[in-house]
Amino acid sequence: MGLAESIILAVLAASTPLLLAAAGELVAERAGVLNLGVEGMMIMGAACGFAGAYVTGSTAIGALCGIVAGAALSAVFAVLTLGLAVNQVATGLALTIFGIGLSGLIGASFVGEKIAAAPHLFIPVLTDLPFVGRILFGQDGFVYLSLALVAAIWWFLYRTRAGLVLRAVGDNHASAHALGYPVLTIRALAVLFGGACAGLGGAYLPLAYTPFFIPGMTAGRGWIALALVVFASWLPGRLVAGAYLFGAVTILQLHAQGAGLGIPSQLMSSLPYIATVLVLVLISRARATAGSAAPASLGLVFVPDR
Amino acid sequence: MRLALERRAERSVAIAIASPLIAIALTLITMTMLFASLGKNPVAALAVYFLDPLTDPYSLQEIAVKATPLVMIAIGLSLCYLANVWNIGAEGQFLIGAVAGSWLAVKTQGTDAGAWVLPAMLVLGALGGALYALIPAICKVRFGASEILTSLMLVYVADLVLDYLVRGPWRDPQGYNFPTTAEFDSVATVPILIEGSRLHLGALIALVVVAVAAVMLGRTIKGFEIRVVGSAPKAARFAGFDADQLTILTFMISGALAGLAGIIEVAGPVGHLQPNISPGYGFTAIIVAFLGRLNPIGILIAGLFLALTFIGGEQAQIAMKIPLDLTKVFQGILLFFVLACDSLIVYRIRLMPSHRRATHGIG
Repeated sequence: MGLAESIILAVLAASTPLLLAAAGELVAERAGVLNLGVEGMMIMGAACGFAGAYVTGSTAIGALCGIVAGAALSAVFAVLTLGLAVNQVATGLALTIFGIGLSGLIGASFVGEKIAAAPHLFIPVLTDLPFVGRILFGQDGFVYLSLALVAAIWWFLYRTRAGLVLRAVGDNHASAHALGYPVLTIRALAVLFGGACAGLGGAYLPLAYTPFFIPGMTAGRGWIALALVVFASWLPGRLVAGAYLFGAVTILQLHAQGAGLGIPSQLMSSLPYIATVLVLVLISRARATAGSAAPASLGLVFVPDR
Repeated sequence: MRLALERRAERSVAIAIASPLIAIALTLITMTMLFASLGKNPVAALAVYFLDPLTDPYSLQEIAVKATPLVMIAIGLSLCYLANVWNIGAEGQFLIGAVAGSWLAVKTQGTDAGAWVLPAMLVLGALGGALYALIPAICKVRFGASEILTSLMLVYVADLVLDYLVRGPWRDPQGYNFPTTAEFDSVATVPILIEGSRLHLGALIALVVVAVAAVMLGRTIKGFEIRVVGSAPKAARFAGFDADQLTILTFMISGALAGLAGIIEVAGPVGHLQPNISPGYGFTAIIVAFLGRLNPIGILIAGLFLALTFIGGEQAQIAMKIPLDLTKVFQGILLFFVLACDSLIVYRIRLMPSHRRATHGIG
């Protein structure tokens, strides 16, 4: 396997958890809900996903456990922010603190254990093609799933009536309410979907990326996923480009560390975070002139009148 | 029938006073169930967590030591949150403050520098934290970048800066390769208040910070501006208050306080610069700020209470083998309940008949 091929494979693997989590958050934000608890939902997905896969020996059941864990955590968020009209920023932070602690409790007994990594697709002939074979036809299921998910979200948001209603709720909840749409129900469903995706993205880490669980293994990926949604201007297509760009930054800095260029490893490790700040600044500056792309009701509390 | 929120005609004073207590009570009930599910005796566990530290003088001092950084950081954050500015990177500002102050301690090590070293370190620490907090503030004001995300990303960067310095240029040559600087000289150390204890001058500084914040918020125009910009942005614009300027000001104050807390922690209880100088003070302080209802006196009480959970968590780990992560779970649950109870100050929950507009599901 050539260096370029191995780098591309590594980038795909590093990008997938970001893409999964960001795709879910994009739907929640399109419905007008800013859930800052992505990091907490991801790490819970990682802990429960690993626990499920370790106990049953099945990657699929592990992934399912991750999805359920993420969705369960997001349900707490939905009850507080939608049911009790609590500030979304503060609740999201609480969700992250809670998720990190609870995942540590759940995962404590699994630290040091190993599982078989998620199986990779193998199609005779196609997977053996030089260079493109492994990249196109030899990934684990999560990679294909993440891309299919983004395509499905695009189709849902722009080609279905329900998607149109969801965007309307996110852009002007008062009008959507006046038209008779159940704003809070739609938002709750969007939040649950976001939580499920974040849980799946988190589960990807111990199930496919590294075949073991470490407390805090998401290492800020949930926050980067949040930044990716801003980067993508809330458009599903751009989310893919953004996720792969960030995956590339992560992998290239790892290779640069391995090559021993004499640059402090800490500087290289900080690149994904610094890049996130720079990208946010550049995107926000560009938007200041072109008008904001954010859903107009994003992060605002809504209490229906009667 | 369904449950729905209804805005109260006016804020409920009774609930405003009782809300933190209700939240704590609900958290304790949840914790009891959690202890039971872990197979521990809930009564014994709660006693180790919340009562034992209060009965022994050493633990009482430790609570004050742990509350010092929490209160200082939370006071700064409360100014931000009152102004509707979301600095959640206090952890990073804490670390950079520690680094900036430690620079002087490392440079003057082994020289006969006088008593000016510690005050200068404290100033450098506050300055370092303030300048580090200025980055997300400027990104927000000049470019409109979300301060939530930028301030948080800088936490990871600060962590790596600290890691680089103590493993590289500042590492103690006699430290057996451990990632730490040499112990600070006595002129670079925060003085102890009571001989033989760990209670240090920082605790007094934290009290001064609380008093100054109380006066500033209650008695000055700036404090008034902060409240108006946060709670009524339109009115603030008509009054000519500059929201951008307040964003920068509140970020710098909270950064300075976090940085000051950082250098005090390093030059006080820790005694040298090393990784892991903070068990998440910058994040726990967010909970302290909310539990204290963004009020200086409330924050002082909330800081002592959360410091108690740190100490109790450590003792529960030693005495009952309860994982340390349970403290974070506890803090998260507490914040959930605090926020939920606060909502009931403004709203009431009513049981509504569901015959009107069937499309409206949950309320």
